[in-house]
Amino acid sequence: MNGGRHFLPLTDGERREMLAHIGAASEDDLFAELPPAIRLEEGLDLPPPLSEMEALAHLEALAAKNRHLREYPCFIGGGVYDHFIPSVVSHITGRSEFYTAYTPYQAEISQGVLQSIYEYQTLICRLTGMEAANASLYDGASALAEAAVAACAATRRRKVLISRSVNPHYRRVLQSYLDVRDLQLQELPLREGATDYAAAEKLLDSDTAALLLQQPNFFGLLEEMEPAAALAHRHGALLVLSTDPISLAVCRTPAEYGADIVTGEGQVLGNPPSFGGPLLGFFAARQKLIRRIPGRIAGETEDSEGRRGFVLTLQTREQHIRRERAISNICSNQALNALAAAVYLAAMGPAGLREVAELCLQKAAYALEKITALRGFAQVFPGVHFKEFAVRLPGSGGNLNGHLLKHKLIGGLDLEPLYPELGPAMLFCVTETKSREQIDALVGALEGWS
Amino acid sequence: MKWEIKEGLKYARTHEWAGFEGDLVTVGITDYAQDMLKDVVYVELPEIGQEAQVGESLAVLESVKAVSDLYAPVDGEVVEVNEALLDRPELVNEDPYGEAWVVRIRIDAGYENPELLGEDDYAALVKEEADR
Amino acid sequence: MKREQPLLFELGAPGRRGCSLPPLDVPAKPINELLPPQMQRQDPLALPELSEGELVRHYTALSTRNHGVDSGFYPLGSCTMKYNPKVNEEVARLPGFALLHPCQPPESVQGAMELLYRAGLYLQEITGMDQVTFQPAAGAHGELTGMMLIRAYHRSRNDQRKVVLAPDSSHGTNPASAAMAGYEIKEVPSDERGLVDLEALRQLLNDEVAALMLTNPNTLGLFEQDILEIAAAVHDVGGLLYYDGANLNAIMGHARPGDMGFDVVHLNLHKTFATPHGGGGPGSGPVGVKEHLAPFLPVPLVEKGEKGYFWKDDLPHTIGKVHGFHGNFGVIVKAYTYMVMMGAAGLRRAAADAVLNANYLMERLKNSYALPYDRRCKHEFVISAREQKKRGVSAGDIAKALLDYGFHPPTVYFPLIVEEALMIEPTETESRETLDRFAEALEEIARLAAEDPASVLAAPHTTPVSRLDEVSAARRPRVCWTGNRKSD
Repeated sequence: MNGGRHFLPLTDGERREMLAHIGAASEDDLFAELPPAIRLEEGLDLPPPLSEMEALAHLEALAAKNRHLREYPCFIGGGVYDHFIPSVVSHITGRSEFYTAYTPYQAEISQGVLQSIYEYQTLICRLTGMEAANASLYDGASALAEAAVAACAATRRRKVLISRSVNPHYRRVLQSYLDVRDLQLQELPLREGATDYAAAEKLLDSDTAALLLQQPNFFGLLEEMEPAAALAHRHGALLVLSTDPISLAVCRTPAEYGADIVTGEGQVLGNPPSFGGPLLGFFAARQKLIRRIPGRIAGETEDSEGRRGFVLTLQTREQHIRRERAISNICSNQALNALAAAVYLAAMGPAGLREVAELCLQKAAYALEKITALRGFAQVFPGVHFKEFAVRLPGSGGNLNGHLLKHKLIGGLDLEPLYPELGPAMLFCVTETKSREQIDALVGALEGWS
Repeated sequence: MKWEIKEGLKYARTHEWAGFEGDLVTVGITDYAQDMLKDVVYVELPEIGQEAQVGESLAVLESVKAVSDLYAPVDGEVVEVNEALLDRPELVNEDPYGEAWVVRIRIDAGYENPELLGEDDYAALVKEEADR
Repeated sequence: MKREQPLLFELGAPGRRGCSLPPLDVPAKPINELLPPQMQRQDPLALPELSEGELVRHYTALSTRNHGVDSGFYPLGSCTMKYNPKVNEEVARLPGFALLHPCQPPESVQGAMELLYRAGLYLQEITGMDQVTFQPAAGAHGELTGMMLIRAYHRSRNDQRKVVLAPDSSHGTNPASAAMAGYEIKEVPSDERGLVDLEALRQLLNDEVAALMLTNPNTLGLFEQDILEIAAAVHDVGGLLYYDGANLNAIMGHARPGDMGFDVVHLNLHKTFATPHGGGGPGSGPVGVKEHLAPFLPVPLVEKGEKGYFWKDDLPHTIGKVHGFHGNFGVIVKAYTYMVMMGAAGLRRAAADAVLNANYLMERLKNSYALPYDRRCKHEFVISAREQKKRGVSAGDIAKALLDYGFHPPTVYFPLIVEEALMIEPTETESRETLDRFAEALEEIARLAAEDPASVLAAPHTTPVSRLDEVSAARRPRVCWTGNRKSD
């Protein structure tokens, strides 16, 4: 028996009639022009099909082999975070008028998606202080890479500087994107876990398109950002900041720091970690850079009767019009995740988002204090932390995480493979989802590790 | 013919017009070109001082769903760009030979581009393209 | 007269909120101690303030202003808008998948790694490739990854090839992706059959050509029947063959890109493997390669060892990473669920039904519209409104008229080589009744275009808004609401 019959409405009788209608002798006839050498006479070699009930059981069994974040409290961040998601978010993203639609090419029957994107863009602008934002990109990493490419195009320069305090996964993606275009990526060394502006000053030159920084940085530190914009602009380069949108409820905005382009990971806004995807890359910029923004952009306009409506706009930037001269190859994005982010931000409101951010600050400070009070555990970098902090360990991080798993805890992020110069060290993340009891359990388990 | 072709100008086969005045050449796109492009929504201008080379793209004109290059009809140096088009790209549709000039190029003394067409030859070209 | 739906920012009232959060359960510190004032936000954060109920009403109202596959027929060519099984949604939301951190220790995510591994085996078998990466988050991202792999492959042989070829009928993403990977693009013309012009291709092939990007069946819905000759010609000059998997739905289970000679493929899980398109994403664009390209794949790759699944990170020739983590895992879960339910025979049946539906619809429509390539199509076909255009009715106008019949229009003005193109892909999940109703609607529009073109030009009448002014939107872009309403 065929699998998936409940998705296929044609009956055998209808198939026969339709074949006759088009003058085909048999179903084989439909594929007659395929060279015999490539025809799969035997079909594919795949496991037998499962009914819906069996498939669900199979998938539930696979899921059950994983230790998820509600079973095992998780203290890893590093780009993907465990924040609380109100039920209203998945209720709305679960409406199939949204999730079974595609890119809103036909504006008249896509006002729901278009208006939601426009509202999302506005929300991103309000968070970051920027004047224009797009409908989303794949993730925070590719958003930063696109920003670097956009900066090179806007300045007609071929080099970007990036701080070593930027997420190492992002730096690696950036490297892949820039290498193929023969654009140069230079790394600024760490200075007490933050950007070394003296090194930046030396490396900035007339071919530098942008200075790429992260705030809060990969170690959860809020960097001294004041010198960044002036330094970059003095050399005709742009300042690009990658940021955590939740931090922006309380922290100085990229606009207030003088950034030209702001990117970041929007997963924290109402999207589950989902093993690292789908995520939500956001991209916002000053108005003067609007035509350098990659991807879809929704714009406000009017219909023929004067009613407000929304369309995809500035489409000549894009691949379906400009082909090899497009500013990016991106086509589909992460619209449903952007919808989740908008619903999340609207549900939180200014007070709720501020509470989330303050809970992060307070709980991370509490955990940092408790952990570094343990013998053998020390803070790696002094400074102001948002929700993550690096701790020097008395033994290897891999070993520690194995120990924590036995205590039904998922530990922090092992920093040593990413920053060998730090020696054994771990990055811990504490958000509003961690109770005092869970933090104390972590501290207890760390204490018992030898 | 429904499209205006102005006297006293030279025309490129790629539908730019060129008005010669001493060592300055004013360049724009023709009435036929603007009509083919439809509503122009954005004009990307070159930088002043940029070198112009015959056949190379100097500016880009965009409609909602099309992009069209303006190719240099002469060799020289860009000495002026029409910044009014940045705020009012619709001028290209309204007044292609007047307010919607795009760039001014300084040419060397005695420079000529023999490939440029006069009005009659350009009119024939437009007719041929329109009939296709 | 239909009303506008107010913006989020025009709803609610100061002081309302749509969520509740727990109180602080650790000793509180003064906020200025945790965050020095000079690091604090100055500009007040103006987010909407709504109760949960108001929020739900707003988005419910927006959802009614939107058409999805669940609302009705969505024959958008090259996008494979097939029905999205509901069990997939349920599975992806299982906490054991949705609530996993990508950096958890491998021993705590063996089920997720097993799923990636198994999904990879399915895709290898379906495409005839040797290895798969799941990092690319969408089709275009897969193309870019594929181009990076091709470049790395040539460079590893000290070969600095500069040119990528793509047919004039190709998706815009093909040239854009190749350009993003630093390649110069040359276009291969199509012949009168609508297929790659083999002679023209041979003229373009030389030792500068890094790859030919090909969609098969192509965007006209026609199978490139010379594919074996094409592959041989490309390989003869040392080039590679790239498969754009956008149209795999036409042939899965009947033929495999790997057997046709393709070296790299990308798939669109959101097209062929029934995961929802999400209003524009997330998709997923896994890339499969033949053995000779495997050393360059992005890291990490999931592998199966004696002690379970592990991440393989030490690929000396890897292109690095193209995604922060492991790609769009949540989408892969849905596609995997679809594949295990379909099995080999189900996938083969789905492709055959997709092709049958397309040919049936094409046959019905060829009396009312010009059919530039009157040959057996695969899963999609292209008609032209060039006859209607003579009466002033364009492909775009026909698309707008279809809205009043409750259908999503086909893709219009693509591929570029057909004037007034309407590209129709019905998919296998549509019933014959739906196809008949759609054909009747298009026949009626053709009749109106001949008899009363003005009535077509005035459409749509039944949608939440009428035709929108795209020109003003592009001339003076307003992409962020600043609070200045147009009228009050």
